[in-house]
Amino acid sequence: MDDITSAAAEPDRLRLLRVLGPSHVWALGVGIVLVGEYMGWNFSVGKGGMIAGLMACWVAGLLYTCVAMIDSEVTSTVAAAGGQYAQAKHIVGPLMAFNVGLFLVMAYTMLEAANAITVGFLLDTVAGMQGQAGLNQQPFIVLAVMFLAWLNYRGVLATLTFNLVITAVAFLAIVALFVSVQFGASAVPLDFSAITTDPLPYGWVGIVASLHFGLWYYLGIEGTCQAAEEVRSPARSLPYGTMAGIMTLLVAATMTWYICSGLMPWEYLGQAGTPLFDAARVTGSTGLMILLFVGTAFATLASANGCINDASRAWFSMSRDRYLPSWFGAVHPVYRTPYRAIVFLVPIALIFALGAPLDQVVTFSILSGLLGYTFMTFNMVMFRNKWPLGKIKRGYVHPFHPLPTIVLLILCSTAYFAVFLGYGTQLSAMMCFYIIASLWFHFRRYKFVRRGDQFTMPWPKPQGY
Amino acid sequence: MSYEPPKQSFAGQIFDVATLLVLTIGALYIPLYLGLAGAAKVPNPIADPTWESLGQNATEQQQWAALGITDPAAANDIITARFDYSFSWASLIVMALLVIGYFVMVVRLSDREYREVIDERFGTKQR
Repeated sequence: MDDITSAAAEPDRLRLLRVLGPSHVWALGVGIVLVGEYMGWNFSVGKGGMIAGLMACWVAGLLYTCVAMIDSEVTSTVAAAGGQYAQAKHIVGPLMAFNVGLFLVMAYTMLEAANAITVGFLLDTVAGMQGQAGLNQQPFIVLAVMFLAWLNYRGVLATLTFNLVITAVAFLAIVALFVSVQFGASAVPLDFSAITTDPLPYGWVGIVASLHFGLWYYLGIEGTCQAAEEVRSPARSLPYGTMAGIMTLLVAATMTWYICSGLMPWEYLGQAGTPLFDAARVTGSTGLMILLFVGTAFATLASANGCINDASRAWFSMSRDRYLPSWFGAVHPVYRTPYRAIVFLVPIALIFALGAPLDQVVTFSILSGLLGYTFMTFNMVMFRNKWPLGKIKRGYVHPFHPLPTIVLLILCSTAYFAVFLGYGTQLSAMMCFYIIASLWFHFRRYKFVRRGDQFTMPWPKPQGY
Repeated sequence: MSYEPPKQSFAGQIFDVATLLVLTIGALYIPLYLGLAGAAKVPNPIADPTWESLGQNATEQQQWAALGITDPAAANDIITARFDYSFSWASLIVMALLVIGYFVMVVRLSDREYREVIDERFGTKQR
């Protein structure tokens, strides 16, 4: 199916290599997201308190389960580089695809920048503990981004194998901390008394507000489908890898909340830069401290690595379709990677990593992700309406349609309100950006796009057209 | 007859990328430069704080100490800081209109483009 797809558009061009299996898909998804357990999620505790943080964790988990279910069906059927971008192109139309491509590039590039900032912060913290306070973080930020971009430039198999290893280590570090504390390795006992003494410091509005950063637990899991064109068996690997990923993250998120909420006062936890590393510090165990330092470093590197992979695939796909200048749509003749897209996005990530505060970068990434999840709701409905079940071969059919779509839409609307509580200006600025960019595409850029090439799947004509 | 797009010059390609870059960087940095970005978490420190007056029990005091904070005065701002969630309904309605209006606009314009795509791929204009 995919061979026909690619060949139809341009028979003799270089193609991306099909070398990835389900474990790589898992590593790509979890690798991008696991950093959400190591930093950022805890701001949800700061926005609503300890209970609100846990509820945000589970509600966001429900949102992402809906995302994974919907995405698995559509991606296993529209298996092309660019993931949701390719879905939008075939199901909604070119302007929507352009917007989805931008959501992906922005969400992943900002997440990459946030990871680089965290690497610098972590090293600064450890240097401070060693009596070397005031470490210049910028060289480490630049070095981390440049190294990972180089790795991506050299080939996708090496990149995602690297991710598989460091993601597994970062995940096992969380499990090790959880088990060790349960077996009494901590010098300070777990304490959940705030649940009864100060259960909801902001009342119920705090629970809604905390959903903003609750998304950070899982943001990016949908990135698994960016590698659709490089997976050996998309119909099998993408649903398995994605669903295994979301289950891994639900377990890791709950363990993380439990350990961090038990080992730190919620007021501290709500503003901590590296909460799991701080939890290890509270235990007083040097071994756990080293393990969680390594885990934090690996989680941020794995996430940044996956983000470079995904953002560059989205940029590459848009360029190949002329939604962006076609010069970026080149594949490296030796490494078979979208090398120009990879290199071009490096300075953009650095502009944000070196010049903007972490919470702004995180919010920018979350908002782009949220717009993408909103798109998935009507995209799913249109997909089923234009090609009902049985009309085309689907790799996976998600159950209970349209329930996941309705739940996702309700949760997305709640998340917009959560972001609005405190970050309304950023939300408005971002909406203005996407509106102007959309008008620019429709009235200027679209004239360079070949119409017929925008539909490459070997499907029948959609119903209603 | 299928649609044949014009060939874009190299300068035109650079101009298009520069436009997107300016828009992207502007969306993040303009709110920052105007001082409009970020949630206000305001500390409400209490006078002569003790761990007890800050509501910290014995275990929590151990936890603060393990995190390197043994003086309650140093934790005063962190413990007493709170977000302000008051908002105006007008700004909420404007935000909702922006989000909904954006999606309506994109879907409608996309559909217009999509019909051209389907027409060329499946209809009389098939290449």
